[in-house]
Amino acid sequence: MTAFYVMIIASLLIALGFLAAFMWSVKKGHYDDDYTPAVRILLDDHEILTTKTIKQKSDQKTL
Amino acid sequence: MSNVPHPGIASVELDEFQYDNRIVRNFAIATILFGLIGMLVGLLAAFQLVFPDLNMDIPYLTFSRIRPLHTNAVIFAFVGNGFFTGLYYSAPRVLRTPMWSPVLSRFHFWAWQFIILAAAITLPMGLTTSKEYAELEWPIDIAIAVVWVSALINLIMTTINRRTEHIYAAVWFYLASFVTVALLHVVNSVALPISLFKSYSVYAGVQDALVQWWYGHNAVAFFLTTPYLGLMYYFLPKAANRPIYSYRLSIVHFWALIFLYIWAGPHHLLYTALPEWAQTLGTVFSVMLIAPSWGGMINGLMTLRGAWDKVREDIVLKFFVVAITAYGMATFEGPMLSFKNVNAIAHYTDWIVAHVHVGALGWNGFLTFGLLYWLFPRLYNRPLYSQKAATFHFWIGTLGILFYTIPMYWAGWVQSSMWKEFTQEGLLKYPNFLETVTQLAPLYFLRSVGGTLYIIGFVVMIYNLWMTALTGKLVASETAKAMPLNAIWHAPKNEYWHRRLFERKPLALTIFALVAVAIGGMVEMIPTFMIKSNVPTIASVKPYTPLELQGRDIYVREGCYVCHTQMIRPFRSEIERYGEYSKSGEFIYDHPHQWGSKRTGPDLHRVGGKYPDSWHYNHMEDPVTMSPGSIMPRYPWLLEDDLDTTTTGAKIRAMQTLGVPYAKDYDKLANADLHRQSKEIQARLKQSGIKASENKEIIALIAYLQRMGTDIKAEK
Repeated sequence: MTAFYVMIIASLLIALGFLAAFMWSVKKGHYDDDYTPAVRILLDDHEILTTKTIKQKSDQKTL
Repeated sequence: MSNVPHPGIASVELDEFQYDNRIVRNFAIATILFGLIGMLVGLLAAFQLVFPDLNMDIPYLTFSRIRPLHTNAVIFAFVGNGFFTGLYYSAPRVLRTPMWSPVLSRFHFWAWQFIILAAAITLPMGLTTSKEYAELEWPIDIAIAVVWVSALINLIMTTINRRTEHIYAAVWFYLASFVTVALLHVVNSVALPISLFKSYSVYAGVQDALVQWWYGHNAVAFFLTTPYLGLMYYFLPKAANRPIYSYRLSIVHFWALIFLYIWAGPHHLLYTALPEWAQTLGTVFSVMLIAPSWGGMINGLMTLRGAWDKVREDIVLKFFVVAITAYGMATFEGPMLSFKNVNAIAHYTDWIVAHVHVGALGWNGFLTFGLLYWLFPRLYNRPLYSQKAATFHFWIGTLGILFYTIPMYWAGWVQSSMWKEFTQEGLLKYPNFLETVTQLAPLYFLRSVGGTLYIIGFVVMIYNLWMTALTGKLVASETAKAMPLNAIWHAPKNEYWHRRLFERKPLALTIFALVAVAIGGMVEMIPTFMIKSNVPTIASVKPYTPLELQGRDIYVREGCYVCHTQMIRPFRSEIERYGEYSKSGEFIYDHPHQWGSKRTGPDLHRVGGKYPDSWHYNHMEDPVTMSPGSIMPRYPWLLEDDLDTTTTGAKIRAMQTLGVPYAKDYDKLANADLHRQSKEIQARLKQSGIKASENKEIIALIAYLQRMGTDIKAEK
């Protein structure tokens, strides 16, 4: 029976931990730009990247 | 951390560096070579089930020894090298930096191939731990750990040295794969050696089964799935020239996947003697796993939104689409098989084999093929030699998958139904197990046809890629330029090396991933090991005698667990057929457990006392003499080879170290008991008209077989 109490408390702690991690990641801006990483890998063939070109490309939402 | 460039950015010099394609080409060649070998071994095994004479009375080619050779080759040599091919191409390019250490890269390549060679030699020799997908003995295990960790270090350092602030999704999957496989491998492989190539699992019975399938399922998860999801995240967008459908989805499904997957291990042990709470956890988490798995599939397929016409034209995309679809199918079927009622039908049958090969041939195989067809033109700076040949490969490969899996689904269903059927009077309709095997012969033949078709496609691919390489010119390295990360993201001046190493994203990401995957294992294993009530003690269960211990090691060496289980489930049909269902307390001295996962032959847990010694003697010499129509290979060398009794003392001492309660100093008396017991068996054989020498291996095996499952009868 003690196993129940241990497991329930542990599960709650783990779940709260994951929730905290998620909220931290949102606050830290992990989800702020979820577009450019996907696009950037398409651009690297034979191209020299500068901040200027990155900004130019991310402004064009359509490819 | 702000993305605002440092003032005066326009005057910053671009770094120039090289991407190494040689290592990619090397891994690609290894992938292709070992893929062919691994599949050919599989084809031999498939045909042996149809034509048992193909075992040829050669121990090194017998089905039970080459099946693990097939699984190890296709998983670690084919998919493993395939993963590394894609890794060494994609990781430097998305991180905009060459691999941190060319020396470690080359070490990784050569050491991995040597490990494969070691497997190819030791497994047919019977040098095996008998733990599925972890059969390699301890020296090779250590080598694997060394190579694996060194590759992980190389990847982490490369990620730390990157020139992009963001770490692309593919790399998370690579890192998680490395870190989790390291954990799984180390924990599952803990064993006590008694010689260079013989060791015993420190775990026993139920606990060993749990650790084994925590490992086994997560070998699927973190060796066959996450690395290839990483590859998908790079090569699919590249091939389609489309960004991934939803980057946000990739973040969410990554964490959900790696957290949930670990818990699914017990779905391999449903209705066994594993404690029920652990079984339930396995089921529940396996079902939840549909969501993040399909997240991966959706992200892949939806990337082709608006680009489906490309799939029609592009052979690479064709392979990728089938691969991702197969992934979706397998990751729906898996959770369905994790429901106890479905599992009760499918477990131990060819349905599971079908399920495995949907994933293996469809997801892993086809993604590898697509990757190679995309890669070789770029490595050799010329178009693919023959589009027609590649298209042929696609269609014959798809046909091969169908011819493989459909007969296996059929076989699984038929055999399971026959096992469970009762007559009106309440007796088994097919009391002879053999009847259920002979029914499957035509289906086993069709499966072999499927495998042949798949391999024909593979060979056509080899020709195509070979010609592409021959008529092209290797681009040994590619030059690239990018701004150093410090110019984009402001790092503190004179930063201490330990801050740079330990407090940056790659290490944090790796550690968080490790924490996420460690939770499931700990929750399932700690109570199983620490709470005694999980494995109720049975007073009448005693340790094996020395002769039985030797016999058990022969059972392990020959790979009997490949076709025979030792786990009777609590179903009426199984209790009727095999005897009382298996209790967890019966396995406490089994280092390692031999529960098995497939019944090509009958369960053996209560075979003890069922047949006279002479039956076993004749049966091992030639199964057909005792079971007409049997597809079991012959094991005549057991009747001729002497038992090596010089190891008896060491084995007893090893068991004592692992907690088996032999009397103190029993290792010195063990051989005397051994000879006494073997003479008794010799005498019984003589009574049946068999003149056998008491020091042959068959005597030990008979002793073990006759002991199996008899301990609890003594209680009554």
